[in-house]
Amino acid sequence: MGLLDQRFENGNVFVTSVDTLLNWARLSSLWGMQFGLACCAIEMMATGASHYDFDRFGTFFRGSPRQSDVMIVAGTVTLKMASRIKTLYDQMSEPRYVISMGSCSNCGGPYWEHGYHVLKGVDRIIPVDVYVPGCPPRPEALMEGLMKLQEKIRGESLVKEKTA
Amino acid sequence: MNAPEICTALKERFADAIPEAKTDNVLQPSINVVPGTIKEVALFLRDDERMKFDLLMCLSGMDYTGGKLGVVYHLDSTVLKHKITLKVQLPTDSPHVESVEEIWKTANWHEREAFDLFGIIFDHHPDLRRILMPDDWDGHPLRKDFQVPEYYNGMKVPY
Repeated sequence: MGLLDQRFENGNVFVTSVDTLLNWARLSSLWGMQFGLACCAIEMMATGASHYDFDRFGTFFRGSPRQSDVMIVAGTVTLKMASRIKTLYDQMSEPRYVISMGSCSNCGGPYWEHGYHVLKGVDRIIPVDVYVPGCPPRPEALMEGLMKLQEKIRGESLVKEKTA
Repeated sequence: MNAPEICTALKERFADAIPEAKTDNVLQPSINVVPGTIKEVALFLRDDERMKFDLLMCLSGMDYTGGKLGVVYHLDSTVLKHKITLKVQLPTDSPHVESVEEIWKTANWHEREAFDLFGIIFDHHPDLRRILMPDDWDGHPLRKDFQVPEYYNGMKVPY
């Protein structure tokens, strides 16, 4: 983003495409939805706190799905919780993104065989943009996940059809 | 009091209610109780001057297989510093046992859990609903013969 900053400072006119501008705006302030499901949420909170400072990516957590851009599914998705997650996802305004954090949310994790109460992957109910592996993933891993999402957003286009 | 003394005192008071007890040389002494008498036994254990079991530490459900379910009560006396475990066995086809919620309030949620996961019915419980599984869940998942459903509300359950 250095280029864009330079153009702001050094002159009154800069030339860019709408896609680039909007993508830059979107990926620079990905507000997360503030909810955690299990131990992954502890790592997510650590990521948000001063030591790792999620805020420097423009990510801070909002209490309402209406104000959120990215849902970080941090933890075990039980069947009981699954319908609530779906509702929360539906309440988010577009463009909306999902980061699946940790093994449970990716594929059921340790509950994959005997977890009668666990959804084996949150991607069975909502589309996932980035999967972060780990049990639980360290804050560095979550930040990597967010940067992957930023990369993905950078390649988006208003005109061209969204790639899956 | 130690476990054999508690057992002896119980047998004196409720001769027919104690079919079996393991109190010697075991890590966790336990006394089996006839299901129909659990409430009287529990009340005695709580109120008797020598017992004073004022705390129900845990109440668990069990599936022994072979048509038997069970409830295990872990009692503790914070006053007299002694412990005992009570066990009740129930037939799987009619797993009824009297609730001890009136005696120890702890039992309220614990009995709901045992009902939710094992299908044990606690008679005269004030609010015997599922506590962990969703209300529309079918079956009691910690029973040994429980089969995981293929779908729940349109979501595939197995891996």
